[in-house]
Parts: sequence; C-alpha cells; structure tokens
Amino acid sequence: MLILTCPYCGVRCDETELAPGGEAHLKRFGPGSSDEEFEDYLFMRANPNGVHFERWRHVYGCGKWFHAARNTVTLEVYGTYSAQVHAPPQEIRDAVSNRVPGWHWKDES
Amino acid sequence: MPESVTPLDGATCSGFVTIKDAGLAGMILLRADLGDTDVVSALQGAGFDLPDPAELVGELGNGALWMSPDELMILCAHDEAEAIVATLAEALSELHVLVANVSDARAVFRLSGNGSAVREVLAKLSPADLRQAALPPGRVRRTRLAQVPAAFWFASDDEAVLICFRSVAGYVLELLLKVATPGSEVGHF
Ligand SMILES: [Zn+2]
Repeated sequence: MLILTCPYCGVRCDETELAPGGEAHLKRFGPGSSDEEFEDYLFMRANPNGVHFERWRHVYGCGKWFHAARNTVTLEVYGTYSAQVHAPPQEIRDAVSNRVPGWHWKDES
Repeated sequence: MPESVTPLDGATCSGFVTIKDAGLAGMILLRADLGDTDVVSALQGAGFDLPDPAELVGELGNGALWMSPDELMILCAHDEAEAIVATLAEALSELHVLVANVSDARAVFRLSGNGSAVREVLAKLSPADLRQAALPPGRVRRTRLAQVPAAFWFASDDEAVLICFRSVAGYVLELLLKVATPGSEVGHF
C-alpha cells in the first residue's frame, strides 16, 4: 500500500484516493518535432527498478495534480512536491541522494 | 416553486451509531484565489471567515469548509443560499471566481453515538486516518466512502457530519447502515 502526502492539502493519502498520472517531467514534442521525438513523447516511458518520479492526482480530495519521488522496489517515498516544476527540486534530490548513494537526476553528471 | 426535499427525506436509522438525514442545508461552492485579500474581505462581508487548510470554521448551517487550495464550501441556511450567492457574486464581480449554489446537489448525514463507534463506522468505509489526533473536531477530511467521494468532519467528540453527492445518497445510507450493524463492532478506537 502506497501512502503519499498531498503537498497542497497536507493529507496523507492512501493510494486508492489518488489517480496515477504516469511518469513525471516529460517534455512535450508536438507540431514541428521529428517523428522519433514525437514517438518517444507519446509512447516511450521509463520503467526503472528503483528511483522513479511520477505524477499523481488527489482525485478523492483537493483534486490537484502533484509529483512524487519514490522507489519502485522498496516502495519508499522520498517526497512529494508541486506540479508546477519541470524537474525535482533540490530538497527532493537531496532526499533521494541521502538514501541512494550515487544517484543523480538525469541532467546532472 | 416546488418544495425542496432532501434525497433521504428525513431518514433516521439506528445501528451501533445513529445515522440521520441532516435535513435541508445551504451549501455554496466558491472557487477563488483564497490568498487574495479582496476574496477574504468579500467573504467576511457576507459573514464568513476563511478556514485554514483542511479545516472548517463554524458548523453546518453557518460556516465554511476548506475544500482545496482554491475552493471553499460555504455552509448556510438552505433558504439563504441564493441571497448569499448574490452578495458574493456582486462583491467578487471584478475577480476571476466561481460562486454556485450546490445545496440541492449534495446530501448531508449526521452520525452520532459513542465517539469511538462513530470513528469506527467511518474507518470501515474510508482509508482516512480516523484517530482522534489525526481528525479532531474542526478538521475536514475529503476522501472516499467505499466507491464514492465524501467529506466529513467531527462537529463534537460524539458527532460526525458527512457530505456526499445527492445521486449517491441512497448508496451511502446503505453503506453506513451495513457497517453500523449491531454485533459488527470492532472496538478499534
Ligand atoms: Zn490534496
């Protein structure tokens, strides 16, 4: 059972109160993009064993979308954060790094 | 105009808690930027204070429920709702807001009896944390009851108020009755 804290209302939500929104921080490729980019955007998704970033919607509550950082193997939740960002904020990256030494966000080396 | 009736038409049922139709209640939905001082003063002008996140001020019939970062449900008398909607709409006419009378789109229940028993009835149906410390009187929890959305709060230690959509009022009444069947007490709280 997954429990995520909605960053907007502070409620500790059971998974069944939430609607899953799939992988987080995707960049949209629309008109003008190449076929490969568009195909990637539409169909290609990360499915990691480990640290993962997802979108969730607090559908049985405030109705807002938010982001969650969690581990798909241990089900550990590193944190939840605003939907209005393009990448995980520093405190979330730190929370993951503290627990998973050597982990880094994809645009960091 | 036809007379307003509640979907449960005054039903009262007893299990190990008492489940009662709360009667006609005024409910006004306000969607607005709750951090905007103009919104707060318009609310106060209509006689309502802004609740803190996930809380309520006042009570059924006179109060306000925090529903989301940009949504309140104003509680008033059923026959005053239209006038309050008009007052708020007028006061907020310059802003990007939505004010709607949803009184007849919702059903309201009162669950009363032993406080721990009331908590148990809700906990059987919802994933919410029903412990006293997590949901003391004055805090509102929006969640699901079995398969439908609902919101509830404790008006006192021994009474909870529950709101659901009107269309599922019969379903919710049957759910509550089922889990309040005498003999099915778990005694968790
Ligand atoms: Zn929420």
